[in-house]
Amino acid sequence: MGLDVVLLSRIQFALTIMFHYLFPPLSIGLGLILVITEGMYLRRGNRLYEDMARFWTRIFAVNFAVGVATGIVMEFEFGTNWSTYARFVGDVFGSALAAEGVFAFFLESGFLAVLVFGWERVSAGVHFFATCMVALGATFSATWIVVANSWQQTPAGFHIVGTGPTARAEITDFWAMVFNPSTVHRLGHVILGGYILAGFFVMSVAAFYILRGRHSEFSRKSFAIGLAVATLASLAQLISGHLQGKVISRYQPAKLAAFEGHFKTEDHGTELYLFGVPDAQEQRVKYGLAIPGILSFLVYEDSNRPVRALDTFPETDRPSVGVTFQSYHIMIALGMFNIALTLCACYLLWRKKLFDNVWLMRIFGLAVLSPYFANEAGWVAAETGRQPWTVYGLLRTVDSVSKSVPAGQVLTSIVMFGMIYGLLFAVWVFVLNSKIVHGPDDSAMPPQHTSGKGLIEAVALLADPHARTLTEEKF
Amino acid sequence: MDLNILWFGLLGVLLTGYAILDGFDLGVGIIHLAARNDNERRIFLNSIGPMWDGNEVWLVTFGGAMFAAFPEVYATVFSAFYLPFMLLLFALILRAVSIEFRGKLMHDSWRRFWDFGFFFASALATLLFGIAIANAIGGLPIDAQKEFTGSFLDLVRPYPIVVGCLAVAMFAMHGSIYLYLKTEGELQRHIHGWMWRSFGVFLALYMLTTILTLINYPAATRNFERAPWVWIVVLLNVLAIANIPRAIYHNRPVYAFASSSATIAALVFLFGVALFPNMIVSILNPAWSLTIYNAAASQKTLGIMSLIALFGMPFVLAYTGIIYWVFRGKVQLGKFSY
Repeated sequence: MGLDVVLLSRIQFALTIMFHYLFPPLSIGLGLILVITEGMYLRRGNRLYEDMARFWTRIFAVNFAVGVATGIVMEFEFGTNWSTYARFVGDVFGSALAAEGVFAFFLESGFLAVLVFGWERVSAGVHFFATCMVALGATFSATWIVVANSWQQTPAGFHIVGTGPTARAEITDFWAMVFNPSTVHRLGHVILGGYILAGFFVMSVAAFYILRGRHSEFSRKSFAIGLAVATLASLAQLISGHLQGKVISRYQPAKLAAFEGHFKTEDHGTELYLFGVPDAQEQRVKYGLAIPGILSFLVYEDSNRPVRALDTFPETDRPSVGVTFQSYHIMIALGMFNIALTLCACYLLWRKKLFDNVWLMRIFGLAVLSPYFANEAGWVAAETGRQPWTVYGLLRTVDSVSKSVPAGQVLTSIVMFGMIYGLLFAVWVFVLNSKIVHGPDDSAMPPQHTSGKGLIEAVALLADPHARTLTEEKF
Repeated sequence: MDLNILWFGLLGVLLTGYAILDGFDLGVGIIHLAARNDNERRIFLNSIGPMWDGNEVWLVTFGGAMFAAFPEVYATVFSAFYLPFMLLLFALILRAVSIEFRGKLMHDSWRRFWDFGFFFASALATLLFGIAIANAIGGLPIDAQKEFTGSFLDLVRPYPIVVGCLAVAMFAMHGSIYLYLKTEGELQRHIHGWMWRSFGVFLALYMLTTILTLINYPAATRNFERAPWVWIVVLLNVLAIANIPRAIYHNRPVYAFASSSATIAALVFLFGVALFPNMIVSILNPAWSLTIYNAAASQKTLGIMSLIALFGMPFVLAYTGIIYWVFRGKVQLGKFSY
């Protein structure tokens, strides 16, 4: 039969959601950074903080624009590719999406215009208010979408009407739906993930300037703010992750078993694999390193009590272990790396040796990739661990796709998304690069435009010697 | 009034808001290539710079509200229009990219490429909206399970294409009036000509669409007999259209813009009247049509949604008002411009 609509639709959804999720966490986290820097400017009147706020606003705007463009795709896909799912969940899930539109998107997009274009049109106080509203909007947006997703993981506050193909979920208790068992912990995890990313992002750009000897004071102050946010959020994320693990063990035990590569239930405490390669055929983890009893201890605070394994679930209800296990372990490893790196930097900052440490600055220049991958890996684990269900225990993924859409059309749209997202990614990197290379406008110091050219600008100049970037006149 | 009717109306309000607001920035895109040099094109882009993103949110919210209030309609329409909607997404992304990307390099062919991208994406998105509206009026092959049974070619027939072109002409007119408001001097005189041209095309296509609709889809006017007051809206629609050339002639662009906004609002309203109480008409069997009752969410959800709208919409209108107030006046190219 060749093309399988379910598989193609899953590939398309994975492609579009993973691409989309490159952007929202940075919006959530940078929102906080903008509030901090602009708030410090208003309090202390130091122009340096104003430069910071203006600079990070430009980055925020580019990131936000791409996030919106790729977000519209997600809203459409529930209907285009997953219409049976949409019929099933619409009564519950739809109101969360609509609330996101009304409460979050208008707030964000409206005040973003003031943020970006309004420096000369409104007073500093009004501008700061707009900044707070945009940051709040990004958080509201995360809230409603996590509510909707958490309901898929741990459904609550509904009843099922009808049977078979016409069955659908209807709300019985709105607040029970909103605060379903996993919402609060998952929302905390998502927002902290955004804060960590933004902290590392700010540090990465600042490290780039420090290594090139540009915008010295700006970079050091920015780095310190980024470090403070990233350190606190990374540590908090550890606690948040642990609390979430307990919720999963209670409500989605099969998912936890897949996370941990836990195939067979035993009569003693369950070990925790630090790494390994799960083998579904042999029902065990190969090449792994495990610490006995730790998983039991983390879940039950009792290292002898066994944790439920995959063998207690019917074969048709088990998630596939390979991807789930690895993405979960990548997320944790990167999270630990983030904690170690930020604590190390905090120590050096305290000893006043941080900014002279060239190697550490180089590592921080690249370390922003760690929270990017950690955010993506975390969601991959969360969503593949939910399989084979779209709504946990109620609606299977194979039963969720649109019945009227042929496989060929889905393949066509995958190719289209592949092309346009490639283009979009290039735009985003290009624009981001030009803004970073341009750097902040030092209001206190003479401009330093000539001190560094990014790779893309250099290539563009080589290709056409008369070309010059518009960055001097624009942004 | 029951909640189903209320939500049918509120979706109409969201669609009207979207068509009026994103209509002018799509329209600016449609006539973008009429600008004669780089400076003029930058003025075109910057006239919509702070607004276009927010205007698109009306579409996102319309989609979310439809998902919540009428999940069956959302599921059926989006899966039926699979390829057109994928093309629409392509257009919306290309448009955002073109706006953001164009100003980054001072190179002729570079800018020409993104100028064309901005024009093409704006025109394509508008055409697809028109095609979708026409198919809703004409009805779709929907089976007893509320599933679409047709193919892509069923959606792209002559009537939908005419309506799509009408949408393009209408937004071009709306956008050029908006540009006239936001510009001055010689460029403003140049745009004056484009207001007349786009109005002429709009008027011709409007009359053609009206005739085709009355001949092909007599059912579209059946609600007029039940509710004769709808004729008042028809009359207002005609007056609004007639007022556009009058206001342009007397050099009153604010009135012209208000009139084209009123025209759009009236057309969305009449579209709603033509459908009501159906949302998607099945051409296979009228009993299989999706209506505001058999395709709606539960009364509980509609009630919750009404509260969300009641608390949220005043804020939305307030932000929109504030933004347009902050960015009032003629376009000035500056440090933060595209």
